[in-house]
Amino acid sequence: MSTSAVSSLRSASTTTGDNALLLVLRLRTFIALFLVAGFFAVMAPNFLSAANALIMSKHVALNAFLAIGMTYVIVSGGIDLSVGSTVGLTGMVAGGLILHGLTIGDYVIYFNVLEIVGIALMVGLIVGAINGFLITQLNVAPFIATLGTLYVARGIALLSSDGSTFPNLEGSSEHGTTGFPLIGTLSLAGVPLVIWLLVVMGLGAAYLGARTPLGRHIYAVGGNERAAMLSGVRVNRIKFFVYMFSGFCASIVGLIISSQLVASHPMTGETFELNAIAAAVLGGTSMTGGRGKIGGTIIGAFVIGILSDGLVMMGVSAFWQTVIKGLVIIAAVVVDQFQQRMQQRMAYQMRAEAQK
Amino acid sequence: MIPLTSPQSHPVVLKLEGVSKVYPGTMALKAVDFELYAGAVNVLVGENGAGKSTMMKVIAGVESPSEGQIWLDGKAVQLGSTEVARQHGIGIVFQELNLFPNLTIAENMFIGREISSRMYAIDSEAQAKKAEQLLGELEHHLDPNLLVGELRIGEQQIIEIAKAIGQNARILILDEPTSALSAPEVEILFRVINDLKSRGVAIVYISHRLEELIRIGDYITVLRDGCVTGSAKMKDVDLTWIVRQMVGSNTKNFARAGDNRLGETVLEVNHVCLPRLGAPGYLVDDMSLSLRAGEIVGIYGLMGAGRTELFECIYGCHPDRATGSVKLLGKELIGSNVTSCIDAGLALIPEDRKTDGLVHSMSILENLTLASLWRLVTLGYLSPEVESSAAGKFVKSLSIKTNNPSLEIGSLSGGNQQKVVIGRALMTDPKVLLMDEPSRGIDIGAKAEVFKVMRDLAKTGLGILFVTSDLEEVMALSDRIVVMSHGQLAAQFGPNEATQDAVVLASNSQVLLAA
Repeated sequence: MSTSAVSSLRSASTTTGDNALLLVLRLRTFIALFLVAGFFAVMAPNFLSAANALIMSKHVALNAFLAIGMTYVIVSGGIDLSVGSTVGLTGMVAGGLILHGLTIGDYVIYFNVLEIVGIALMVGLIVGAINGFLITQLNVAPFIATLGTLYVARGIALLSSDGSTFPNLEGSSEHGTTGFPLIGTLSLAGVPLVIWLLVVMGLGAAYLGARTPLGRHIYAVGGNERAAMLSGVRVNRIKFFVYMFSGFCASIVGLIISSQLVASHPMTGETFELNAIAAAVLGGTSMTGGRGKIGGTIIGAFVIGILSDGLVMMGVSAFWQTVIKGLVIIAAVVVDQFQQRMQQRMAYQMRAEAQK
Repeated sequence: MIPLTSPQSHPVVLKLEGVSKVYPGTMALKAVDFELYAGAVNVLVGENGAGKSTMMKVIAGVESPSEGQIWLDGKAVQLGSTEVARQHGIGIVFQELNLFPNLTIAENMFIGREISSRMYAIDSEAQAKKAEQLLGELEHHLDPNLLVGELRIGEQQIIEIAKAIGQNARILILDEPTSALSAPEVEILFRVINDLKSRGVAIVYISHRLEELIRIGDYITVLRDGCVTGSAKMKDVDLTWIVRQMVGSNTKNFARAGDNRLGETVLEVNHVCLPRLGAPGYLVDDMSLSLRAGEIVGIYGLMGAGRTELFECIYGCHPDRATGSVKLLGKELIGSNVTSCIDAGLALIPEDRKTDGLVHSMSILENLTLASLWRLVTLGYLSPEVESSAAGKFVKSLSIKTNNPSLEIGSLSGGNQQKVVIGRALMTDPKVLLMDEPSRGIDIGAKAEVFKVMRDLAKTGLGILFVTSDLEEVMALSDRIVVMSHGQLAAQFGPNEATQDAVVLASNSQVLLAA
């Protein structure tokens, strides 16, 4: 009797140890964020100032928007490489419409800024719909399909201006196209509009994933596509949705950047897709699908953003920054694998105990 | 099919003496004696779980016997691994082929023992030549540089056999080789077998299809519950003898007592056909059946009889290929997809829980509610309280053993995982439940629970259609038994009509039944 009491005690204590470790692992992105922020607070002067926090938030926001869209694509078991090009193409569409309007035959139509924003957002939705069509109807692997649209979208962006920049997007009052730069400069209650947008977008996306059937279906498709199909999930619709959502997020970023710069350049957004993937992975999204949270992704985006801005403030060279960013991503995935294995082991333990 | 040589000329090449195999909890083989004759087809037959596969695994070196002795050419041997068995000339072709579809025929045949020239480069030409020669011996003149993935299943099987022959197999074990083959492919396989026989190869042929066994076999051994219940020369026995040895002398009539209060017809399946992909013929060939509320109908049949495919047709998995008519409460379902079938009141418990049933990255709760989320939301919002109370009801009524439904699905045992899949189906409030092998991969205790759940559900007025290859299961559970064979309806047995012998006979072919 006493031996059994001892053994049960021991197993209880090891499980609490395991549980504590698992909790630490689950919160690792958060812990990493605090470590990185704490490190730079000590090492870099001015790091903790409000002005710096705002600047950094603006930097992070761009990547965070893309990463939110990317998270659901990856959770559904896919990948979207086309977002960087979509950023560039959206900017060119918006810039072109402001400067030159839309020429149909002999007429030139100028839209107001709200209409331009709407049309520009359609660009992302269309690219996403094309990705969805290629993947669901023509059975192209997501990596290849979005690699293709990456090139096509970038090419069209370059063609639209022959490779040159659309400058001075202030618009003209005679065409009624003024107001575009406001997107990037407007502030509400001292906080930039961009940050407000990110907050709304982040909360909305998190709500979608946690508490709507659509969100749950995205996780199911990524976890086991066939089981999801047999449970009545319309798999193709879900895939269309995630790619169109990702394209939509990319278009928002395209608008913000061209508005902030008051110009649009066709090469804008190059390699943005890689930063978005990095943020999602850093935040605990599993590349095999089925796992990942918006909260984690946003923290991941902040870790990456703070890391690069902090290193700049410390005067570390850009080359070293790249190396460090890579190492952090690899470390994140290694820890993620460790956590997966540990969770699995604990699940089996529980199963064995239930059968006793 | 009279053997050309007299039976006396078949020497015993391998002998099992008192071989037992104990797994934790079960004894798969109980002191089995078995003799294997060279230059003959040694047929092995028995119900699922009778111990055929275990015996073959012992011979092929996959498993070591717990007790007993194996004699090869009169010498005692230890077949510790497949490698050792292969060196002794024992080859096995598993039911699920172990080929690489992305490699060529020659590459597949020499995988792991590549012919290499100097500098360790693979000598592709020599391999292709040897492969061509081996295939030629089997009268198959296939280009050895073709990709295996482009071949038909029957041809792939020939590749496996040629691979075994290429390793100088004197004993060739074929585990259910015809389950995926079309009729002409079976003929080709039989020609190959006869050819091998004449070259003195000892062939072990495992199959559920009795008509095949009688045609091709020289010796027959029947297994039941891990014991050899009969072995004889094939020409000395007939079909009734085989079936009696398989199911035992105490053939019971399991049909359920008349507690069936059946309602009106809920599901009508009429002339449903599903053509084969990329080959002539039908997987489901003009199937018709009906199901009433509160009724449990068991579909019995061998592997490849088209049972799972029939379910897929009913459940809308092939909306563009299936023809015929499926009516649920008068509503036509052929041509609609899975989602509309679920909405109409169908639910499916898939055969393979791992690949088709569960989403392993989700919790027990999320797996339960997956199919019924839209029923639980208000204004697009899925309230955690509503979700967990709805799921909790089914955790309770199905007695799923967990103290926290938000744990990962992997924390449950196989039987409880199966109950989660059943619970998910029930949460869509179905009128008809389709269950494909509901007891696959769960232990005996859990089986009994799943069966009790099925009976209870039928009592509440649900129509249940289930597929099984387990004879006792179909006898014990069904109000009515439908037997399928080669995609067709082979026989139907009403309450108290079915006997085990009749069901087994019917599952083998209509030709036999007519004879």
